[in-house]
Amino acid sequence: MSAILETRGLRAAYGPTKVLHGIDLAVEQGGITTLLGANGAGKTTTLRAICNMMVRATGEVLFAGARIDGKATEDIVRLGIAHVPDGRGTFSMLTVEENLRLGAYTRRDRGVAADYDRVYGYFPRLAERRKQQAGTLSGGEQQMLAISRALMLRPKLLLLDEPSFGLAPIIVQEIFRILRAINQQEQVSVLLVEQNASMALALADHAYLLETGEIVIGGPAAVIGSDESVRRAYLGY
Amino acid sequence: MQVFWHQVLSGLATGGIYASIALALVMIYQATHHINFAQGELAMFSTYIAWMMLDAGFPYWAAFFLTLVFSFIAGVLIERIVVRPVENAPVLTVVIVFVGLLVITNSLAGWIFSYTIKSFPSPFPSNAWYASSYLSAHEIGMIAVTFGVLLLVFLFFRFTPLGLAMRGAAQNPVSSRLVGIRVGWMLALGWGLAGTVGAVAGMMAAPIVYLDPNMMSGILLYGFAAALLGGIDNPWGAAAGGFIVGVLENLAGAYVVGTEIKLTVALVLIVGVLVVRPSGLFGRVLVTRV
Repeated sequence: MSAILETRGLRAAYGPTKVLHGIDLAVEQGGITTLLGANGAGKTTTLRAICNMMVRATGEVLFAGARIDGKATEDIVRLGIAHVPDGRGTFSMLTVEENLRLGAYTRRDRGVAADYDRVYGYFPRLAERRKQQAGTLSGGEQQMLAISRALMLRPKLLLLDEPSFGLAPIIVQEIFRILRAINQQEQVSVLLVEQNASMALALADHAYLLETGEIVIGGPAAVIGSDESVRRAYLGY
Repeated sequence: MQVFWHQVLSGLATGGIYASIALALVMIYQATHHINFAQGELAMFSTYIAWMMLDAGFPYWAAFFLTLVFSFIAGVLIERIVVRPVENAPVLTVVIVFVGLLVITNSLAGWIFSYTIKSFPSPFPSNAWYASSYLSAHEIGMIAVTFGVLLLVFLFFRFTPLGLAMRGAAQNPVSSRLVGIRVGWMLALGWGLAGTVGAVAGMMAAPIVYLDPNMMSGILLYGFAAALLGGIDNPWGAAAGGFIVGVLENLAGAYVVGTEIKLTVALVLIVGVLVVRPSGLFGRVLVTRV
């Protein structure tokens, strides 16, 4: 297996505040990799640094073997990296359908029309609400919309920033179940940032643990999940 | 009674100009949360460009549409060259830049075209069949042109991918980048469109107020009043506000304060709206949880 995304010595800072101190991680082609860590460890910043968004990043980022660090966010997106940001980033004043249309903004192929039905297939609730303003959706529906909007890009890599944030456990389970289906059916690789370590480890095949801007441990999800210190600090048993 | 209706209808006609200027202001405000104080002067300058072409013997509508193209390009260039560098500057800096733009455009027009008042033709012949005792041909034409512009702008934003992208970029620039929209260019396009809409207002106003470098100063005030009255974040509200302000201005001028000080009506409206209902008639009330 080869890596679709790789970072080498990735550093990032907000103004004078350094947040990442050299991150090396790889996302396997077709796999789900999760990045775990406590609040403030730098998980969100890692995703932002990959997309060169809102943060000053240095170091190498390779996507499908080619350097993408230093490129504009818009151009990185056009390569096929879809980022579902923290806070979901839906266009709250636009309708569900308009949100999806924007998701396919860069695409000029004929498959777009069929893709609406494809994402509605994953999230039937969005189909019922297609004419509704996104801001009026529930938190879970907004997360579904954010993922759907990302899928409309037909991405090769999906970056997900805490999809479980602020949602009821039953909704989280539903979303994770669908994420697995998406990963398998769309041949899209996933980099998942999560605080909910047990759910993320159950879903992912690779995991990294981030502490204050540095990766402290990384490997197959099963191995990380059974690691003594990880269990005590992040899984609570 | 006939006088009253005449005042109302011709108020609608001038209201169309205010509506266009208000729409131009709102288009830029929505994307950047800045009020472009130079919007009126840019429209004035565009009108001079049209005058230059007409003077050179161009047919009216050729000059009209070429002026729109010029205004669009000028708007885009101003955004790229003048506004872009102060994108993240504090609001006062931006205000100063806009005021500077206003003064520069005004002086440039005076310097190039002189301050003498010029007449500007109307494309609507005064003896046209649609002229009546209530409304002159130009006033009817003006209303038609305004509604045409409003309709085109509406169709563009509602139904085209580019219009949707511009709305998205105005609302949520970060997410827009994440779907691949070039937000910087969307802002520049917004300036171009605003410049174009303003140019239409200028060319429609010039036959009435005559062409001189200060022709838009009063109109810009009414445009502000219209945008605030309708709701600064709502383009259709702003357009409606334009028509309301036009009628109010005429009625106040005819029956209340007299034509001498009717510009005061605009100022009173601005202050009144800000005091009583800051979000305007059709604006959204923004509630922030702290």
